[in-house]
Amino acid sequence: MPSSVEASLMTLVRAENLGVVRDGNVILENISLDVRKRAFTTVIGPNGAGKSFLIRCLCGFETYQSGKVTHAKNLRLGYMPQRLAPEKTLPITAESFIRLRKKFSKAEYDSVIEKTEVGGFLTRPLYALSGGELQRVLLARAILGEPDLLILDEPAQNLDVTGQLKFYALLEEIYRERDIAIVMVSHDLHLVSAGAKEVICLYKHICCQGAPHSVADDPKFIALFGEKAARMTAIYRHNHDHAHDESCNH
Amino acid sequence: MSDFLGAEPFLIRAFTAGLAVAIIAGSLGCFIVWRKAAYFGDALSHAALLGAPLGFLLGLDYNYGMLAICVLFACALAYIQKKRLLSNDTALGILAHSALSFGLLAISLLQIPNFDLHAYLFGDILTVDYKDLYIIGIGGAFILSILYIFGEDLILMIVNEDLAKAEGVKTDALHLLIALLTGVAIAISVRIVGVLLITALLIIPAATARSFSGSPLGMALNAILFGISAVIFGMLASLYLDTPSGPSIVAAASILFALSFPVSALSAHK
Repeated sequence: MPSSVEASLMTLVRAENLGVVRDGNVILENISLDVRKRAFTTVIGPNGAGKSFLIRCLCGFETYQSGKVTHAKNLRLGYMPQRLAPEKTLPITAESFIRLRKKFSKAEYDSVIEKTEVGGFLTRPLYALSGGELQRVLLARAILGEPDLLILDEPAQNLDVTGQLKFYALLEEIYRERDIAIVMVSHDLHLVSAGAKEVICLYKHICCQGAPHSVADDPKFIALFGEKAARMTAIYRHNHDHAHDESCNH
Repeated sequence: MSDFLGAEPFLIRAFTAGLAVAIIAGSLGCFIVWRKAAYFGDALSHAALLGAPLGFLLGLDYNYGMLAICVLFACALAYIQKKRLLSNDTALGILAHSALSFGLLAISLLQIPNFDLHAYLFGDILTVDYKDLYIIGIGGAFILSILYIFGEDLILMIVNEDLAKAEGVKTDALHLLIALLTGVAIAISVRIVGVLLITALLIIPAATARSFSGSPLGMALNAILFGISAVIFGMLASLYLDTPSGPSIVAAASILFALSFPVSALSAHK
């Protein structure tokens, strides 16, 4: 795969022919993708498609059997894990956790706290936060320190639909206001942030990728979630009943 | 009391060693409690006994033999944990008890002169000499400075390993490092509490500190305070009742732990 100098300057993370096998099972095969500056990519796919594994490889957490993953030089990565289960044995407040190991100016810290609306519970212990509060604390920590790339693993998993829409709206705001790229896994095939510029449909390999289709005009959807929600939300219409053969590798 | 101490250098050495070990054990113990690695410390301390005959065979001081065994075992355990073929408790149990058995066999076969097995098992703080103090000082300074430098990395790794990795923390190296620190702490504390009770000195003051602490640093400082109290009460009991130092110190730590329950319950209601 030839890449121009210009292209590599724009690329934050590149996967080339990535293949992962675990205990004899193929988890991922032949994945090639570039995460460029200002990307906003959502990875969707059924259970067991390898979505989380793919982004864990992009982060550099997992070993792989073939291909490679490269990061841009001095890449600043903000990561939001799928779940956090803080233990009561470790007494740490939300504030200390957000600040832990981070280098930032006071102005940046204040703007992150305001943006993620965590100011109300900074002094509470991490283990005493609700799921939604913990989510926002994790997001605050992920964007503190001006990362180039934000990787989120099913960030809205434990939220109800309203909570999910609110979270995606916040994510879109962050994307608009900051010079940042976002890659996230969505646990819901149908609920994808309207801010996403690109959707990757994964089933061990990349089935297809492209812009999500808007569903803002779908009356059923508007009836279900309300007009405002519909404006921010899109369903990526994709038929999953095609056969997974070699011809699918596009 | 001060006249009494002034007259007996061996008591000053004993108290100095005891207080130094309390500071080391209190701070390192918090990380062990947070990582839920109490069993790891236990396994490592059992293995340490093999260090005594090793030191004898190599013509080294027993302390260095124990240090070598602890470091070796820390590496072996870290490796086995990464492989995940056996569960941690199984792997630790196998290694620890094999080492303990071989250690006891070697001690019995070699008939090491002047070797007091009882002192190694339960501690004999009154026999601490200047060389022991020197080793405790160097080892303790090493442990505390590593904890100071890598404390935040370690805490982030304990909260969530992936978060730490994403931010460039070398988590594999940190796992090994904390195992090494535990090994060093065990090697330098053997004289004070003995191999059978070292884990107790690591975890009981930290556990006592938990309900009084709102931050990681606060918990470490409280654990040090509780550790120091346990050492002082335990040593006084040991002196006046002529009981072995290790069990006396650990018994004092346990009593403090038990007493802390009503106190923390009261403060929670305020």
